[in-house]
Amino acid sequence: MANRWRNTLTSDDVTPEAMFLNRRQMMAGAAALGLGLTASPLRAAGLEPNSYEDITSYNNYYEFGTGKDDPARYADQLTIDPWTIKIDGMVEKPGDYAISDLVPQMTIEERIYRFRCVEAWSMVVPWNGFELADLLDLVGVKSGAKYVAFETVLRPEEMPGTRFPVLNWPYREGLRLDEARHPLTLLATGIYGKPMPKQNGAPIRLVVPWKYGFKYAKSISRITLTDKEPPTSWNMANAREYGFYSNVNPEVAHPRWSQATERRIGGGLFAKREPTLMFNGYDEVASLYQGMDLRKNF
Amino acid sequence: MIDQINRSVRAIPNWLIYVAGAVPVIWLYVQGFQNALGPDPVDVIERSLGLWALWLLIAGLCVTPLQRMTPLRLIKLRRPIGVLAFFYVLVHFLTWLVLDVQIPSQIVADIIKRPYVTVGMVSLVLLLPLAVTSNNWSIRKLGGRWRKLHQLVYPAVALAGVHMVMQAKGFQLEPLLYLAVIVLLITTRWMPLSTFRQAFVKR
Repeated sequence: MANRWRNTLTSDDVTPEAMFLNRRQMMAGAAALGLGLTASPLRAAGLEPNSYEDITSYNNYYEFGTGKDDPARYADQLTIDPWTIKIDGMVEKPGDYAISDLVPQMTIEERIYRFRCVEAWSMVVPWNGFELADLLDLVGVKSGAKYVAFETVLRPEEMPGTRFPVLNWPYREGLRLDEARHPLTLLATGIYGKPMPKQNGAPIRLVVPWKYGFKYAKSISRITLTDKEPPTSWNMANAREYGFYSNVNPEVAHPRWSQATERRIGGGLFAKREPTLMFNGYDEVASLYQGMDLRKNF
Repeated sequence: MIDQINRSVRAIPNWLIYVAGAVPVIWLYVQGFQNALGPDPVDVIERSLGLWALWLLIAGLCVTPLQRMTPLRLIKLRRPIGVLAFFYVLVHFLTWLVLDVQIPSQIVADIIKRPYVTVGMVSLVLLLPLAVTSNNWSIRKLGGRWRKLHQLVYPAVALAGVHMVMQAKGFQLEPLLYLAVIVLLITTRWMPLSTFRQAFVKR
């Protein structure tokens, strides 16, 4: 299983833990010595993963509040052990799957992916996870299934943001079956080799690197195989702004943000905007959309 | 007590209000330079300045109703509050323009194409002549027209509230509360004085 997709970023590209923890201090020290770190080719290519601190303190997880720092502040209330995922719909083996049984059966890999938010900012994240296709094979997808729907857990007592209908809870997302089966698509269980932090969607979340970040359903409690396009939360809230596909596309402007460029998080006050790449740079998915008008199916 | 407040308000020199009012802006940027605003300092500065601007605009709208409803005499603060509010709006706008959007063609496109940006921009444009004429010379020069001109503050602040509501994603309560407060403060302008007396001053 797994390993069907070859990572162009390797573990050598991950900042060593001691270094990312101390990066700010080290950079300050290096600057003081007149060394600077700008000579690093990784930095030049823009593929250096963001620090663990950046990734875990700047989150959109509206169940814990709409501020970027709300998830880091409030997500510790979420109970993640035990955790089961209800897998139902058009599958051979429906049921409640405990992730403590499920995850050991999967091949966990590290995948360093670009992450592009619909709000026109981006990061690079070293995920740990397994291919969603492997889970779909394990539960057996019935013929005729065309879509996979995901649901985030809804626990108002643990999720202060859900006490007000910012979105139509529970958070729902979906993929077409071929998107879900693409080897790039992960169910992630960790970052930087550590268990998934709660503010990032512990214990298990979706990762679809060629789509905008809001497609990556967090803290998944249910996966449903269906033959109809499933309703998705942001699309229900505002269909004009958020389409079902939501592929990263610099040519289709969002009503709120031009998507032509992005601000790379972690670059400080004067970080220059960078051009956004079609499919967030993952051209290998282009064949999934052959013959589709991506302006209409945004 | 009230007399004491009124007297001490009169005693504050205007330059002190302006200097004190500029401190949060300077403090935000100092923290930004020191990398102390988290992973996305631009976003923090933009939002904080927008919120400060809105608070000041609302505070400015409070002065007159307080004067009518209570014995508080804060009219002296109205000009510095208004001018400071404009300063915050301007730095908020410049931060968005220079540090956030950066690319000139994209700035123009954003102002035209993104409704929440357009609304914010109109609010800024409406506030500009008010800031420019917030001095004794302009009041003398414009005479009765000054009052008329400065009624632009109502649509300007209302649009600032709408701008905040529109930039929020999903259905959020806080921006709606701000807008409600603004609408309430504006409608008090058309309420007869006796309504206030009956509503707020118990005899």
